[in-house]
Order: sequence, then structure tokens, then C-alpha cells
Amino acid sequence: MTAPNPIAVTGAPLLRVEHLTMRFGGLVAVNDVSFTALNREITAIIGPNGAGKTTLFNCLTGFYSPTVGRLTLRHPDGREFLLERMPGYVISQKAAVARTFQNIRLFSGMSILENLLVAQHNKLQRASAWSIAGLLGLPGYRRAEKEAIDLASYWLDRVKLLEYADWQAGNLPYGAQRRLEIARAMCTEPVLLCLDEPAAGLNPRESAELSELLRFIRDEHKIGVLLIEHDMSVVMTISDHVVVLDYGRKIADGTPEVVKNDPAVIRAYLGEEEDEELPEIVARDLGVDGSEGHRTGEGT
Amino acid sequence: MTALPLSRSRGIQWSAVLREAGLTAFVAFLLTVPLVGLRTVDRPTGLTIDARFDEVLVAVFLVFIGRLGLGLIREGQALLVLVLALLATGVGIVAPLPTQVLEVILVGGGLVIAIRATVTLVTNRSTLSQAERDKRMDVVAAKVQHASRWLAPIGIGFALIFPFLPFADRHLIDIGILLLTYIMLGWGLNIVVGLAGLLDLGYVAFYAVGAYSYALLATIFGWSFWVCLPLAGLFAALSGVLLGFPVLRLRGDYFAIVTLGFGEIIRIVLLNWYEFTGGPNGIIGIPRPTFFGIADFTRTPTDGMPAFHELFGLPFSSLQRIIFLYYVILVLALIVNVFTLRVRKLPLGRAWEALREDDIASASLGINRTNAKLAAFAIAAMFGGFAGSFFATRQGFISPESFTFIESAIILAIVVLGGMGSQLGVVIATFLVIGLPEVFRELEQYRMLAFGAGMVLIMLWRPRGLLAHRDPTVTLGGARKAPSGPGSAAAGGVS
Ligand SMILES: Nc1ncnc2c1ncn2[C@@H]1O[C@H](COP(=O)(O)OP(=O)(O)O)[C@@H](O)[C@H]1O
Ligand SMILES: [Mg+2]
Repeated sequence: MTAPNPIAVTGAPLLRVEHLTMRFGGLVAVNDVSFTALNREITAIIGPNGAGKTTLFNCLTGFYSPTVGRLTLRHPDGREFLLERMPGYVISQKAAVARTFQNIRLFSGMSILENLLVAQHNKLQRASAWSIAGLLGLPGYRRAEKEAIDLASYWLDRVKLLEYADWQAGNLPYGAQRRLEIARAMCTEPVLLCLDEPAAGLNPRESAELSELLRFIRDEHKIGVLLIEHDMSVVMTISDHVVVLDYGRKIADGTPEVVKNDPAVIRAYLGEEEDEELPEIVARDLGVDGSEGHRTGEGT
Repeated sequence: MTALPLSRSRGIQWSAVLREAGLTAFVAFLLTVPLVGLRTVDRPTGLTIDARFDEVLVAVFLVFIGRLGLGLIREGQALLVLVLALLATGVGIVAPLPTQVLEVILVGGGLVIAIRATVTLVTNRSTLSQAERDKRMDVVAAKVQHASRWLAPIGIGFALIFPFLPFADRHLIDIGILLLTYIMLGWGLNIVVGLAGLLDLGYVAFYAVGAYSYALLATIFGWSFWVCLPLAGLFAALSGVLLGFPVLRLRGDYFAIVTLGFGEIIRIVLLNWYEFTGGPNGIIGIPRPTFFGIADFTRTPTDGMPAFHELFGLPFSSLQRIIFLYYVILVLALIVNVFTLRVRKLPLGRAWEALREDDIASASLGINRTNAKLAAFAIAAMFGGFAGSFFATRQGFISPESFTFIESAIILAIVVLGGMGSQLGVVIATFLVIGLPEVFRELEQYRMLAFGAGMVLIMLWRPRGLLAHRDPTVTLGGARKAPSGPGSAAAGGVS
């Protein structure tokens, strides 16, 4: 893609966040944030720790109900969902929003394949006629289960875990657990995938593979991705659009190029007073000090 | 690992071993003096205190010997200790001892130490770390679990022919019925506790609802057992839903406490609603089950039904009804088992396990937590209700006394002891918790003590239960062999 402004080219609006505010007692974790995420785009949400990124996700996926604001999800087929009014499980079930968690939440005692079948619960539950057809062992359910296993195998193959399918999820190494969580989210067949720091704890090679996977999900499955990430090598190389939060407020919004040169962003990452040591690290992360975007990739 | 040969070459450190044994014996002395040594005796002149120093002495001596044995095992004398322990066990079995308690202590203690010595001899290790021991137990659990593929048919086959075996007298069949009732309750509760991960401390409430449903329907309307059984299950399930709606929002401890309260509320209602339930007097004259409404088990049926023995041309025997009851509870229990085994492979069962593992992640995948938990609760309650109505028809008499908290605790203990979620574990635990005390009837008064000691031991040695091993409900096959148990992660650097 050579287009300078991806917003003009890529998909239709998928998620509209309007005046989202989330208060915890006196603390305003998210403060009047508005932005739009487009279909078939990776929208990164960045900001220092405590900026309110995870809280934003929790509002989106129904774990918190926002104090103020509207969250509209518009499916490619035109159906609209007001997420702030739906309980968490309905958001996944009807509005097809899937998410991962900052601190991995797998069903660690269950096998990897089972993790992916749980993700297809609603589909299978219908096929098993709320367990009745399943208990009787009717062929309709068996067919549905086979299809579910096929979908699971497809994603396991994608995240390079196919040969570990029967392992207990908790026995996987950390990086594999992160990938499994993404595969599990994808098995719900979402239109919007929300990833909370998927590269945290990954080594550079794993991060690069993750970037590859996210690009694949965007381009081949044609869905929107919301990505919270601290690893700037990932953010700057794969996102189409970056939203920057600081102390709950949105301070910048635009393409990676625009955002990383935004003075407000640099200030948020550096703090008010100029420090000798900190700027170097952060500047390299953000890729501002004159270096090109691709240098940051091998830098970390 | 090199510590063992070193200590062996140093010879036995008698002073250390003796000191340790002495210290343990001293602690035992401090504990037994007030607990065993003093006994209140009710005399016509009033309450007096008797001293029983001989028993204290015996207890302290046994503790000293036991600890000495363990110490010697650690010092590399496992073979010697094994022989001595087996000898003690043999003496305990053969020789006439003054009290049966002494016999049990001698036999039990001897066996435990013998097992310990054998383990040491076999593994050539005297001490295992918790993690190592856990891993080994996991391997054993996995083996047993896999063996259940052929163990289960053998067990069921044995259960099927059991009443006709030559040694099966009335007493044994009664014990069989009792065991099967608890196995069924354990399997039922396993759905809630083992699969869905909800700690239900009031399961006996549903047992009570089932029992009273049958008793009232049968005594008031005169309906037969086979009509009332499904109704009793239905009522129990309804009460499960009624309880579930408000409390399933609660988490962990709060949930457990509310279910405990619910169990007590049901019992107190039964106790006080005199006009309806008969209060503390209970309900008497609950009809016995008929042979599927075709024949009756009495010698001369009064209500026009043919007598069972006449219909089948058998001589009359009161055992026929007992055997029939045995088969009824066997089939009921097996239904619960088959249901659980099947539902585990269905989306509903997987959703339960997912909720147990992480309910937030489950919600994020579109699982309606309330519905899934309600389903678990209602289904388990229904099975509890079935068991309850069976209990009522078997006893012919029920009162609130049969449905106290201790029943819930025993059923829960069976599930936890067996290894949460393990069907075979429930069976083994039932034999331990219900079967052993039945066999050692004379030791009735020590039952709760042994029960408590057993639970403490399990919590120390195997906190996840005897057979806590879980096999995947579905496998892709052909893929790389899965390792069993935690901590065996391979491949790839863990960051
Ligand atoms: N459930 C909660 N109750 C109270 N405060 C919360 C809660 N969740 C988040 N917060 C607060 O909101 C702020 C934003 O947190 P979070 O969204 O986790 O930040 P991050 O951008 O690092 O993901 C933090 O100050 C945090 O302490
Ligand atoms: Mg966060």
C-alpha cells in the first residue's frame, strides 16, 4: 500500500467511540475519548502505563459499563450494535467482538484444542440443540463438531501450534500462550479483534511473527483490529492508524508518521522537563530521531 | 542427590533420630493427656474425671516407635523398618489386643510405615520434594484414569452380579445400596463442584427436596414411585434454579456460604412446617417401590397387584425387594455417570470447565455464565432429587435429621477427596469415606476423627484429590504426544 492516507482508501467505519468516559470513584480512567476505527485496518492504541487503554477495552467488551459515551459497532453487512448497552457475553456472541487479555487468560487446565472449541461455544451449543442432540449423539452435532475442529486446526496451523493441539494449555511456553489466545479469539469469528499488549514478553523474533500474523488477519480475514501495544517496533510497522492516550485523554490520532512526530505525544512520553537519559530510549522507540521506520524493526 | 550416599557412609545418627522421635512422642504426650488421658464419667454422685494413663502411655509409645521408624528410613535402614512394620501389622491382625483402637493403630500405623519404607526402597530416595511427589502422583493418577477404560466395565460387571454372589447377604447388599447412593450423590455434586467449579456446600438440600417430594406425593396422592421419581427430580431442579438465580452472581466463598445457608433453610423449613412435613416427626409409611407397577414385593399384596414371587414363580424372600432396590440405585447412579461422561464432550460441559478455569475469559468468548451455571446447578439438583426420592422409598421413613449439613460435607468430601471432576475418584473416595466406617462399625465414635485426619492428610499430600488427572475430551490425534501433568512444558524458551 503506497497511499499516504490510509483512511481514505481502506474499509468503512467499523467502530465509533464517542465521548467515552469511565470513572472509578474520583479517578477518571478514560476521559471523553472519541475516535473511529475502520474495517480492515489495524488501529493501535498507545500511551504510557495507566493511560486508560485496558479500561477502554473493558468498556468495549462489556466488562465495564461506561459512565458516559457511545460505542457503535457497524458490521460490514450494515447491522449496528450499541456496545455500551450490551453485557459482555452478548458483545462476543452477537456483535462479534473478540478480545485477548493483558495478563493471559487461557483455560490452562484444558487442552489447546479444547480452548479453541470453547471459543466456538454458541455455534456448537446451537448445533447440539442445547445438549439434547449432543447427548443422543445425533449426526448433525457430530458434523458441527468436526467443522469446529477444522476451524480450530486452521488457526492452530496459523499460529504454529498444530502439533501441540492435545497439550494442556498451561504447559505451553509464554509466547505460545499469547499466540493461542489470539487463535482462540479468532475462533469466535469476530469482525473486530481487540488485542491487549500481545507482544508483551515476546522476544524480537516472536514479535516479528506476531506482526506477520496480525497483518494476515487484517488482509486475509478482512476484519478490524484494535491493538494496545508498547512495543513500538510492532506498532509503527503494522498499524494503519494510531490513537494516543495519556491520563485518560486522547492526545493524538492519525497515521503512525503523524503521531510519532506529534509534539504532544513526544511530551507525553518524555514528561515535561527534558531529561538526558530517557529521551534516547523513547525517541528510538518512537522512531523520531531522524531514523526511518524500518530501522526500528531490527533495533529492538 | 549426592546427599544420600554421604549420610549412609556416616552411619546411623542415632542421637538425632532418637531426639526427633522423643520430641514427637513428647508432643503426642501433651496432646493425648487432655484428649485421651482424662475422661469424664457420669456417676450417680455426679460428673467425675477418670484418668486413663495406660492409654496415654500406649499412644506415646506407638508415636515414638513410628517416628523412629520414619527416622530410620531416612537413615537408609528402609529394609529393616519394612520388616519390622510388617511384623507389627501382622501382630496387630493376629494377636488379640485389649482394645480395637489399639489394633487399628497398630495395623494402620504399621501399614503406613511399611508403604513408606517400600517407596523408599523402590525409588531409592527417602525424601521427595512436594513438586516431585505431585508429579509422581499425577503419573499414578493418569495411569489409574487410563486403566478405568477396562476397570469401569469390570466394576460395573461386578456391581451387576454382586447381589447373586454367594457371600452377598442382606447386610452387604445394604452397604452396597448405601455406597451406590453416595456414589450417585458424589457424581451429581461433581457436576457442580468438579466441572463447573462452584463450591456448593448445600447439596443435601436438593436431596431433601427430592425425598420430601416423593414422600409427600406418595402419601398424599398415593402416586407410585415411578411417577414420583421424575417429579421429584423436577422439583429439585426447580429449587436449584430458584436458589441459583440470586446466588450465582456471587463468587467463590460468598457463593459457598449462601449455599450452606440454603441447605440449612430447607432443613429448618422441613422441621418447622409441621402441618405439611410432619416437622421433626418426619413422614412415616412412605410406600415401597413396586416392580415397575406390575408386581409388589410383599407376600400378600393388598391392592390387587400380583406378588412378585408368585409372578416369577420364586419362593418368597424379603431379600427380593432389597435386591430390586439395589438395582434401582445402580441404574440411577449409572445414568448420572453416563450423563456426565457424555456432557463433558459437549459444548455445555466444556463451557462448565471453561467457567471453572477462567470465567472472565469464558464471558469474553460469548458464554452466558449465568445460564451455564444455572444448567449445572439444576442438573445436579435433579440428580440429587432422584437420589432423595430413592432414599425415601428405601427407608420408608424420612425426617429432617437425615438432611443435616454433615451430609453435604460428606458428599463434598467424597468429590474433593476423589479428585475434582474424576468419576472413578468419586467411587474410590466413597469406598474410603462411607465403606470403611461401615466395615469398622465398632469404631463409630472415631469416625469423624478418622475422617478429619484423612482430609488433613489428603490436603497435605495431594491437595487436588486422589485422582486429579484430566484427559482432554477431544483430541486431534496424530499430533505430538501430550505430556501429562504440570511443569512438563517442553520446546521453546519460556520468557
Ligand atoms: N476496576 C478498576 N477500579 C479502579 N480503578 C481502575 C480499575 N481499572 C482500572 N483502574 C484505573 O484506571 C487507570 C487506567 O488503567 P488501565 O486502563 O489499566 O491502564 P493501561 O493504559 O495501562 O492499560 C489506572 O489508574 C487504574 O488504576
Ligand atoms: Mg493495560
